[in-house]
Amino acid sequence: MSKTFSIGGIHPDDCKFSKDYPIENFPIPKRVFISMNQHLGMPAVPVVKKGDAVKVGQLIAEPAGFVSAPIHASVSGTVSDVAPYPDFLGKKVLTIVIDTAGDQWEEGIDCSPGVRHEITVTPEEIFKKISASGIVGLGGASFPTHVKLTPLEGMKPEYLILNGAECEPYLTSDYRLMIEHGQEVLIGGELMRRALGEDVNGIIGIEDNKPRAIKLMRELTSKSLQWKVVPLKKRYPQGGEKQLIDALLRRRVASFALPISTGAIVQNVGTAFAVYEAVQKNKPLISKVLTVSSSDLSVQKNYRFRVGTPIADILSLAGAMGKDGNLSPQFAKVVNGGPMMGKPVSNLEAPVMKSTSGLLLFTEEETKRKEPGECIRCARCFEACPMRLQPYLLYQLALAGRTRELEENRVFDCIECGCCLYTCPAHLPLLDQIRLARNASLKNKRKK
Amino acid sequence: MTSTLLYTILSLSILGGLLAVILYFVAQKFKVQEDSRIEQVLEALPGANCGGCGFAGCRAFAEYYINNPDSSSFICPVGGNEAMMHIAQILGREVKEQVPKLAVLRCNGSCQNLPRINTYNGSLSCAVAASLYGGQTGCSYGCLGMGDCVKVCQFNAMVMDPLTCLPVILEDKCTSCGACVKACPRNILEIRPKGPKNRRIYVACANKDKGAVIRKVCTVGCLGCQLCLKACPFEAITIADNLATIDPGKCRLCRKCTPVCPVGCITEINFPPKKQEIGNE
Amino acid sequence: MDKLLVSPAPHLHSKENTRRIMRDMIIALMPSVLVSVYFAGLSALLVIVVSVAGCVLIEHLIVRYLMKKKTTVHDLSAVVTGLILAANLPVSSPWWMVLIGCVASIGIAKMTFGGLGHNLFNPALVGRVFLLISFPVQMTNWSLSNSIFRPDTWEFSKGLLGAQGQLLDAASGATPLGIIKEGLANGLTMETLSQQHDFSYWQMLFGHIDGSLGEASALAVLLGFAYLLVRKVIKPLIPVTILVTVALFSGILWLMDPSMNADPLFHLLAGGLLPGAVFMATDYTTSPMSPLGMLIYGVGIGVMTMIIRVWGVYPEGVSFAILFMNALTPLLNKIKPIPYRKEVSLG
Repeated sequence: MSKTFSIGGIHPDDCKFSKDYPIENFPIPKRVFISMNQHLGMPAVPVVKKGDAVKVGQLIAEPAGFVSAPIHASVSGTVSDVAPYPDFLGKKVLTIVIDTAGDQWEEGIDCSPGVRHEITVTPEEIFKKISASGIVGLGGASFPTHVKLTPLEGMKPEYLILNGAECEPYLTSDYRLMIEHGQEVLIGGELMRRALGEDVNGIIGIEDNKPRAIKLMRELTSKSLQWKVVPLKKRYPQGGEKQLIDALLRRRVASFALPISTGAIVQNVGTAFAVYEAVQKNKPLISKVLTVSSSDLSVQKNYRFRVGTPIADILSLAGAMGKDGNLSPQFAKVVNGGPMMGKPVSNLEAPVMKSTSGLLLFTEEETKRKEPGECIRCARCFEACPMRLQPYLLYQLALAGRTRELEENRVFDCIECGCCLYTCPAHLPLLDQIRLARNASLKNKRKK
Repeated sequence: MTSTLLYTILSLSILGGLLAVILYFVAQKFKVQEDSRIEQVLEALPGANCGGCGFAGCRAFAEYYINNPDSSSFICPVGGNEAMMHIAQILGREVKEQVPKLAVLRCNGSCQNLPRINTYNGSLSCAVAASLYGGQTGCSYGCLGMGDCVKVCQFNAMVMDPLTCLPVILEDKCTSCGACVKACPRNILEIRPKGPKNRRIYVACANKDKGAVIRKVCTVGCLGCQLCLKACPFEAITIADNLATIDPGKCRLCRKCTPVCPVGCITEINFPPKKQEIGNE
Repeated sequence: MDKLLVSPAPHLHSKENTRRIMRDMIIALMPSVLVSVYFAGLSALLVIVVSVAGCVLIEHLIVRYLMKKKTTVHDLSAVVTGLILAANLPVSSPWWMVLIGCVASIGIAKMTFGGLGHNLFNPALVGRVFLLISFPVQMTNWSLSNSIFRPDTWEFSKGLLGAQGQLLDAASGATPLGIIKEGLANGLTMETLSQQHDFSYWQMLFGHIDGSLGEASALAVLLGFAYLLVRKVIKPLIPVTILVTVALFSGILWLMDPSMNADPLFHLLAGGLLPGAVFMATDYTTSPMSPLGMLIYGVGIGVMTMIIRVWGVYPEGVSFAILFMNALTPLLNKIKPIPYRKEVSLG
């Protein structure tokens, strides 16, 4: 019996066209651009300069502050520049550019292919390893993992939830990871569970449109007392932290509270895999799996890429670029991430990030916004909102700039899932304005 | 019939008269005593309630101004010198004459000068676009062209030019209230003095990138080459972060900087055309 | 595509749009329209056509020439208003009266408030009530005598209509509710009335024509209701609440005194309750947006309808009841929904 969250949600087509394409290793690019903004929190500070030689896995940037993470070289070669470069949104960020030469790895990193099952480390060592390996939430949020796993005053973790929902349409990277590397994912999860505490229970939540993954993970956890696999209904946004905790534990996270306040910590299965590599193989986070997909089925790939690979390189090899070096003419938009919460790409020369889970291609017809009409008060946005907000009201308040009323109507609870904009029959740009108002309010709140 | 008419008129008239008397006494008893000068000052003010003075409406400004004798730094930008002189007369105070000001756009990145490299398809608002990404052009400092400033202007002093995709500020209508300055997410609108004979010179660029980078994306972007700084005899030009700025306080409108700029981003307004020296081609 | 398209997330949209919703409403109204044309002939068709055309034309004229904006008639909301207005009118309505109704609906009730999505009252009902008060005689003339192309002149339909082939028209020219109201006021009891007139539930269900065009067949309305539910255009909460409230209210009265009150089934099937509950009370703009608000709204309409039916001057109270509750909708919309998590103290 599949579980699900109890409020709101929508049912877009899951479009998992690329689910049967095995993960391919994307060839090492000639040049990588590793920006210092790979995670939420303070940007990392470079510790290399122009002309330095680096090996794969070498530390190239240190964390700055508590909520920050280190960054490691994803290729071996020479640092050719440390300067601001435009990211995929056209904004300038400090970037370390490395010209690739060979594929030499740092000493101590275990590059052997086999799975290492025995866990020989203590919980403190696990924690230190995660912290030093630059692991961030690979579900898209890029929150530094060791910060999430840090125990907080008075909040004891009871559950560790591995997020295998992958509720965004088109994305299949987590699915392929679970099928091809299920053991490693589970070992990584077990490592995190031990780091939190021996009495913490582990749950793996997987949407029921991935029966193979559910079956495999069930087999792997059949003998375990601490882990269980729970199928989830195919719905959006099933993979949201708060929705997962609601579905699996029937607990709700309060406004401004962290999920740990309900006793649960949620980590993506990709993050679990990265933890496995970091602890068992001594490998820092330098690669990840992403999906390249389009609805016309001409482009279907799951790649394991090195952090910092230019988007144009990936699209070119996947077959999405035309002969002139521009995007194939039938595609109008490239999205970094999923179609509901992913960011649009305005600069194809820019690199992918640590947490990029997909590069999706859309035609103009699929994605061009229609002319907004009048709000007909149909309340579909209210029914769809998984946080039980009133998007029609928040939209009007945001347009009028009424900050106090926005806060009273809990605009901070908005998880920016996009369900409201998706269902609005009048095609109103609900989330655009709500997001703007929410970010302005948060900034003001932090200033005080 | 007539008696009904008579009774109706009589009774309603008496009722009306009674209520009027009651209302009069109540109005007198519950009258709010306020400084009579407030009304006078209010009349002198334009009454637009635009917030340009920094207060929440004309009445708030009037109350503050009357009750604080040391408020000479606060002025009504919309009413200008005329209104402030009048208010000074009413209150018996001194008021410094203010230089007339208006809003100025520090960007000349029109569709022709600054080509668009992607198509924005989101909500038509500069604030939304600015928070999303670097913009439709290669310059992440320039005008986004979606008209948040035009929408917010209460005095109809701004119009979006469809050919250049830049807002145009109408000199005669701009009251320098500052609403557009607050609305612009790129902070490229600024309030500058109108200048003697309405003439002014300013650098129409806000880009802080290096010259080599700007050259590739915009034909009129400031390169930070310092030629204007060297040409200015009054040290009115400063260069910071690859961007030149002309200080209106020091600028004497001598026009020596304009011809030396290699990209032509120093803008002169309301000057007569320069006399061409014969044989000087 | 030579330039990349850039917009904030989400990048996909559901297939929903306002036009589709209106189109579904039109399809749901089709069974009622067809039944009324079948039983009342071409006069019914004339009323419907004039009403729809009038509403569309007036909206176009006002938006284009008065408001100087691009025309909005392609969102089909004027067509829906026109159909519902026609459903509220008797078959013998003169064309000029229908047009005045269109002006009242679209011009006064919709456009003055700001157009689609801004109106406070259901436009079709405002039109209907306006006409009822302005032209009481024409609006309560249910007779078919001047209706052209009536089906009882067709051979085959004589058998279909059975014993009531003469279609009650010439005799009383009144609706069942009207008959009851008048009869009870004159001191007759329910038993006497049911003997004098044959109130067949089957006729009400399948095609009783005494009344406005929409009141004709309860079955046609129910078919439309089913279609709207399947297409997820409306939620069943409002109609069901209204019907349950009416059934309860009338049931209690009937149990207390069966000789002076009609039974609940009669109240449910007679008059404009069904079309009102399904098509008019569920109008998005004028009904509340939260489930609790919808519940209160439905109960209010049910109670008011019964009050007017039993103790009011008019035999039918649905229109007034809905308009009354429309006025309360903004207040009901202020009810805050149950928060995601009940807070003890806000951070």
